[in-house]
Amino acid sequence: MNFGVIVFPGSNCDHDCTHVISSVLGQKAVPVWHKETSLAGLDAIILPGGFSYGDYLRTGAIARFSPVMGAIKTFASEGGMVLGICNGFQILLEAGLLPGAMLRNQSLSFICKDVHIKVENAATPFTGLCESGQVLKIPIAHADGNYYTDPVTLAALQANAQIIFRYCTPDGKVTPDANPNGSLDNIAGIRNAEGNVLGLMPHPERCAEDVLGNDDGRVIFLSMLDALKEAKLKTVVA
Amino acid sequence: MKAKIHVTLKSGILDPQGKAIEHALETLGFKNASNVRMGKYLELDLRETTQDRAEAEVKAMCEKLLANTIIEEYRYELNT
Repeated sequence: MNFGVIVFPGSNCDHDCTHVISSVLGQKAVPVWHKETSLAGLDAIILPGGFSYGDYLRTGAIARFSPVMGAIKTFASEGGMVLGICNGFQILLEAGLLPGAMLRNQSLSFICKDVHIKVENAATPFTGLCESGQVLKIPIAHADGNYYTDPVTLAALQANAQIIFRYCTPDGKVTPDANPNGSLDNIAGIRNAEGNVLGLMPHPERCAEDVLGNDDGRVIFLSMLDALKEAKLKTVVA
Repeated sequence: MKAKIHVTLKSGILDPQGKAIEHALETLGFKNASNVRMGKYLELDLRETTQDRAEAEVKAMCEKLLANTIIEEYRYELNT
């Protein structure tokens, strides 16, 4: 499978993502410069973490107008799988591909540490190989991860099982103390209503192989690959 | 024409920076200050002489880029 990894000026986790795709998954990783307007030949898209455009104005606010974003919107509207990690998540929010917005962390600090997240919905292409309720230990590294949305949208996210990951204790309890940044309803990751676009603040690409001492993040990439293979199989059979 | 634009978090949305500033003011003895809200200030020159058109353009800029209206509100002044 071909995974496109979008590179904005200021992206800094793009190489980690391409490494995981090629070395851990054994798939083809294609870096895509933000000026590109075509995503032809790509099976899934990853918007990596970093500080696109220096986080000027608001995180993701300028990157969302990059030429490639038009192609990503089309790709997503046709059902293509799009994963946004950290700054990638912030860009998806600013672009309106996911609902809500990011506020500054409640502590005002940049937080870089391992956190635990609970898989709230394992019936998605991004979590298909997880157990429902499984706890993953994945690092966060951000200053603006305090997810906010209006009460109506939050209710819709809850009702449609669009909240995919919540910050939790190591044993899976979703508590205020386990919330590192003040995020609404302990939200660490959400998907769109259609289910093919996911954004999360934690960095699964930083913990996807044994040699790093933690491979909890790998299951997200493996799930994506699994879903892509299954989809391809279906089209072949059809 | 010059536009002066203020972008702040909507009232009701917790402003952690405003809270920290308020706390610092209090520590410094400014006990009368409350409800500190922190925002952004932008200034720009506009090649437009009609008040109505200038206003429409600044509004569009705010809606499209300068403010995220999910969490922020904006206000502006236009001076010739």
